[in-house]
Amino acid sequence: MNKNRIYPTYFVFGALLLYTVLFVLPSLTGLGYSFTDWSVYSDEIHFIGLENFATVFSSDYNYTRMLANTIRFTLVTTVVKNAVGLALAVLLTKKVKLLNFHRAVMYLPCVLSALIVGMIFKSVLNPKIGLLNTFLRRIGLGFLASNWLTDSKIAFRSVMAVDIWKGMGYIMTILIAGIMSIPQTYYEAASIDGGNAWQCFRHITLPLLVPTLTVTTVLNVIYGLKVFDMVYSLTNGGPGFATEVMYTGVYKEFGLGRYAVGTTLSTVMTLVMLVAGYFMIKHMVKGDGQEI
Amino acid sequence: MKRRKLFAAVGINVLAWVLSLILLAPLLLILFNSFKTRKAAADMSLTLPASLEWSNYALVIEKGKLGTTFLNSMLYSVCSVLLCTLLCTMAAYVLSRNRRKLHNFLYLFVVLGIAIPINYIPLIKVMQTLKLMNTRAGIILLYTATQIPFNVFLIHSFVSKISPEIDEAAVIDGASPLSLFFRIVMPLMKPVLVTVMVLTFLNTWSEFVMPLYFLGSTDKWPMTLAVYNFFGMYFKDWNLVCADIVLTSLPVIIIYLLGQKYIVSGMTAGAVKG
Repeated sequence: MNKNRIYPTYFVFGALLLYTVLFVLPSLTGLGYSFTDWSVYSDEIHFIGLENFATVFSSDYNYTRMLANTIRFTLVTTVVKNAVGLALAVLLTKKVKLLNFHRAVMYLPCVLSALIVGMIFKSVLNPKIGLLNTFLRRIGLGFLASNWLTDSKIAFRSVMAVDIWKGMGYIMTILIAGIMSIPQTYYEAASIDGGNAWQCFRHITLPLLVPTLTVTTVLNVIYGLKVFDMVYSLTNGGPGFATEVMYTGVYKEFGLGRYAVGTTLSTVMTLVMLVAGYFMIKHMVKGDGQEI
Repeated sequence: MKRRKLFAAVGINVLAWVLSLILLAPLLLILFNSFKTRKAAADMSLTLPASLEWSNYALVIEKGKLGTTFLNSMLYSVCSVLLCTLLCTMAAYVLSRNRRKLHNFLYLFVVLGIAIPINYIPLIKVMQTLKLMNTRAGIILLYTATQIPFNVFLIHSFVSKISPEIDEAAVIDGASPLSLFFRIVMPLMKPVLVTVMVLTFLNTWSEFVMPLYFLGSTDKWPMTLAVYNFFGMYFKDWNLVCADIVLTSLPVIIIYLLGQKYIVSGMTAGAVKG
C-alpha cells in the first residue's frame, strides 16, 4: 500500500509550522543577533563580531558567575533529587499503609506553579515568623535559625533545597515505575539464597534501575540548566548576585534593554543543551523502534 | 525475628508519615492561614484557625481581580490543550506510521525541542513581526508551540503500539486518510490523549514566564502572575495572600487528583521500558 497516501505528510504541517516559527527560528536568529549590538537604545543593528561572547566570558562582569551558579544548581539538584527520589521510591514500594496517599502527597508539589511554591517558601523561610525558624527554636535548635533567603552565604542553598522539595516526587514517581517493572522472581530467588534487604537493593534493584536513573538524570540536567522560575520567585538572583543563574540573567538583560547580550547568554545555553539533548534523544527514541 | 519484623514494619510507616508531613506542612500552613483574620495570620503559625474567615476569599477575588485572571488562565489552558492535542496527534501519528527518511528526520527535529531552550529575546522580534505581541492568541500559540516536542514524543511511542493492520482494513473498506484518522485511530488513542490533555493543562496553568516576556498589559495576565503581583502589593496581609494562593492552586490540584493515573503513565512513558 502507498504509505504516503494513507498517512499524508500534510498531517505534520500544523505542528511543524508552529514549532519551527516560534521555537526553532528564534534560536537561529538568536545565534545571528549574538554577533550584533542589538539594544533598545538604537534603531540600527551593527555586526560586532565576538564582542558579546567576550563580554559574557570576561571576568570583569558577573556572567561567568551566573554560569557557575547554573552548573552548581544543576549538579546539586540532580544528585540530591535522584538520591532522595530513589530512597522514596524504595520506601514507597514496600508494604506501607496508605501507600497511594503517600505517593500522591510526594508528587503534589510538582503540579504547583514554581511561582506559588516560591511564595509559600518566602513565608516558610521568613527569618522572624517563618515555619522553619519557629520549628528550630521550639525543638531547641534555635542557633540554626538563619536568614535563609537574604544571607548571601546560604541563599543559593536554600533555593536549591526548595527546588528539591518541589521536584523530588517527580523523580520518585518515575523510579517507582522502574522498580515495579523488575520481575518479582529475582527478589524471591534472592530471599531463598538468604539475601537481606540491603543486598537485594545493591545487587538487584540498583543495577536494574540504571537505565531509568539515566533518564531521570538527563531530565534533571536539562531542567537544571533551564532553571528560571524558582530562582525568580524566591530571590530574583539576589542578594547581590548570590543566586543569579543564566536565565535570570537573560531576563535582567532584557529588562535593561541590552538585547544582544541577553541573546548571547541564551545562545550559549542552547549550544550547551544541544549536546545534552543529543544524548537524551538518542536514549529516548530507541524505545519505539525509531532508527536514528 | 518476629519482633524485628514488627519494628521494621512500624519503622517504615512512621518514616513515610514523617516525609509526607514535611511535604504537607507548608501546604497546610497556607490553607490554615487563608481562613484566619489578618492579625492571626500575621505570625504565619501552623495552627488551626479560630474561626473560618470566608470573607478573605471574597475580598481577594475582588481586590486581586481573580475573576478576569481566572478566565484568562482558563482560556490559555483550554485553547492550548485543544490545539496542542489536535496538532500533535496528527503529526505524531503520521511520523510514527510512515518512517521514510524525511519523516525520521522530522521526528528527531521536533523531539530535539525537548532539550533546547527557548531564546526569549529574539522570539519577541518574531512575535512582533507576526503581530502577536501582547495578544491572547499569541500566548496560546506560544504555549502550544513549546509543548509540541514532548507531546509528539509521547503520542509517537503510543501509536507505534497500535497495530497498523487496523488501518489497512479500513483503507480497503474505502476510508479516506482523514476518516481513518478521526474515526478509527483517534478513538484508539484515548489513553494517551487524556495524558497529553492533563499534562498540557497543568503545564500551561502553572507557567508564567511567557506572559512575563510577551504580555505587557495586566488585564491579560494569567492567575499565577496576578497572584505574584498581589503578593507584592499585599505582602503584609498574609491571610489574603494565602487565600489567593489556594484559589490559584485549586484548579491544578483538582485536575491532578482526577487525572493522577494518566500523569504517571505519561511521565513514565519515555523513562521506563517494560
